[in-house]
Amino acid sequence: MPIVVWQLVFFVFPLLFLLLMSFWLVKNYRMVPGFDSVNWIKMYGKGYFWDGYWRTLGYAGITTVITSVLAFPCAFALAFKVSPTVRRWAMFFLIVPFFTSYLVRIFSWQIFLNDNGIINVLLSSIGLGPFSMLNTFFGTVVGYLTLCLPLAVVLQLISLSNVDQRLIEAAHNLGCGSFRTVFAVIIPLAKIGIIVAAVFCFILSFGDFVSPYYLGGSKPPTLSILIIDTTKSGQQWPRAAVVAITMIVTLFAIMFTAIALAYRRRS
Amino acid sequence: MMSKKRVPGKPDHTDIGRRNILKGVGAASAATALSVPMILVPPRANAATELTMIAWYGHGEPDMVEEFEAMHNVKIKAKYYAGGDNMLALISQSPPGTYDIVLSDGEFVQLLNEAGYVEKMDPDEYNMHDLFDEYARFPGHWEGDDLYSVIVRFGYLGVSFNTTIISHEEAMDYNILWDSKLTGKVGHFDWHLPNLGCLSLRDGNDNPTPFDINAAQWKKLQETTLSLKPQVGGYFDYGGTFSSLKSGEIHAMCGIGDWITGVVKKDGAPVDSVVPKQGGIQWTESYSIGKGSQKQDLVKKFIKYMTSGPGQVRSTQMAAYPGMSPYKSGWTALNQANPAEAKRQRMNLDGPNCIDDLREGRIHFRRTPVQQSLEDWNDFWSEYKNA
Repeated sequence: MPIVVWQLVFFVFPLLFLLLMSFWLVKNYRMVPGFDSVNWIKMYGKGYFWDGYWRTLGYAGITTVITSVLAFPCAFALAFKVSPTVRRWAMFFLIVPFFTSYLVRIFSWQIFLNDNGIINVLLSSIGLGPFSMLNTFFGTVVGYLTLCLPLAVVLQLISLSNVDQRLIEAAHNLGCGSFRTVFAVIIPLAKIGIIVAAVFCFILSFGDFVSPYYLGGSKPPTLSILIIDTTKSGQQWPRAAVVAITMIVTLFAIMFTAIALAYRRRS
Repeated sequence: MMSKKRVPGKPDHTDIGRRNILKGVGAASAATALSVPMILVPPRANAATELTMIAWYGHGEPDMVEEFEAMHNVKIKAKYYAGGDNMLALISQSPPGTYDIVLSDGEFVQLLNEAGYVEKMDPDEYNMHDLFDEYARFPGHWEGDDLYSVIVRFGYLGVSFNTTIISHEEAMDYNILWDSKLTGKVGHFDWHLPNLGCLSLRDGNDNPTPFDINAAQWKKLQETTLSLKPQVGGYFDYGGTFSSLKSGEIHAMCGIGDWITGVVKKDGAPVDSVVPKQGGIQWTESYSIGKGSQKQDLVKKFIKYMTSGPGQVRSTQMAAYPGMSPYKSGWTALNQANPAEAKRQRMNLDGPNCIDDLREGRIHFRRTPVQQSLEDWNDFWSEYKNA
């Protein structure tokens, strides 16, 4: 029961208010309650909105794939190849980054990635570079990975740790090679955790404002940056609400599809 | 073992019962509650009066207001905003009297006045006689003969650049932004008004102002701006603009000026700002009295102080971002207090100075677009960022 009340108060009601607000108007920098579809027509009629939409979707998709692929070997090694002590320490070090502000971590990346930054200085010592990394897509992805990778490793690790070791041994006893065991036994058994980790990566990177702004130079902008732009000039909160609702609906669609995939049984 | 006998009808003071403990604790608490405020809180006669101010970041910081606070036993409580739209929204959502002092960009004063958010001011109560002629009847601050805002500082926007990459002469032309050596190294402060204003000047739209352009000029301005896209390295907020210029990641920006590079330079970065030959944009900041303020006499004292010599010395050197003084006594005071800074900002008592640019007609006031809506400009800026 408390969870229902919590969801109603902190999710359903604000969401309904957001939906209602998308039909309001702004007059003299002040929101005026009403019911006008002009904000939806205006935003959906703009090319830059759809460019931003597909770009944000693409960025989040790419980040999800990269994060999942990078996280899996790490989580696999921690689950099956190291001692419990090492695993506990690894968990500790994966959680520690969350003790500091994400914004601070992103700003610190600027020191590493800029043209005169630490990475380019090191590369120049061996005659390479300088490479443009800040204010690029690469910079944005570095930021997304900073946000998502530790979380993905933790979620995958929890899932892999729950895989029944006897089934792995049975696969080996039946002649299944190591590589095939991973894909035919371990991944299917840990599927739910791996997909949940991927969904979290997608949600976090889809809505993130900090990385594309401070490491990607807002070039080109994502939907979260478009929300900021829309509110900054003219105080168009109702139009920002249109963008936000579109993002929420998209995330719902992705999430339900992923969950359906995760819990689908083999026929 | 001896036992003490109780005397009937007489309280036993040595009996430490629950009730007595509670009584003692209650009495002690009451005494503490009564005495602690006497110890911790200064006598009421010395309590500082609070003045609320809505302003850009930095205006309520100690480097600006500590002297005034000490002089009048006042505490300035500032609410900072980021942009004129944001300021209007914050005021519109607050009851009258919420803000005693309103610091606004010049172009937003008229909107504040139209919406009834500021009080009428008496010019005789301020240092208007001390203003340079160019600022005596500042557009937007007056409605007929009624004054609604008093200017406190100004600055110019043009081209800001890394001096190790671009020479002063090169920076004097907006076309340097299209130079191949700046590909990917041109930055934008993420606000359409100063950027499009400067690029409008590059297109030759200086009569009457770069913000008053017809449909053909607007179309040309959009083409000019879009042609700059391959050169752009990023769009930055206040902090990002500082760090990108300081780290050398960005080599040139248009639409900003000494309010950014003056601070970055203090940190040792090789940057400077100029007003190019095609002209520049002027930003101004001014004080108004918030509608319904109950402390108007104190607000008047504050405005008078900030526009006096000592206040202007602080204002011109504000830690968050510097600005030039439109007051003659401000120039005199700064030249006495910090001649190097007066020279750097070209507030020279003799010889060429920063107001010469204005007198020569090279500077245009920043304002909202005249023939297009603000929304048109904003929409185009979003399109440009996405291009």
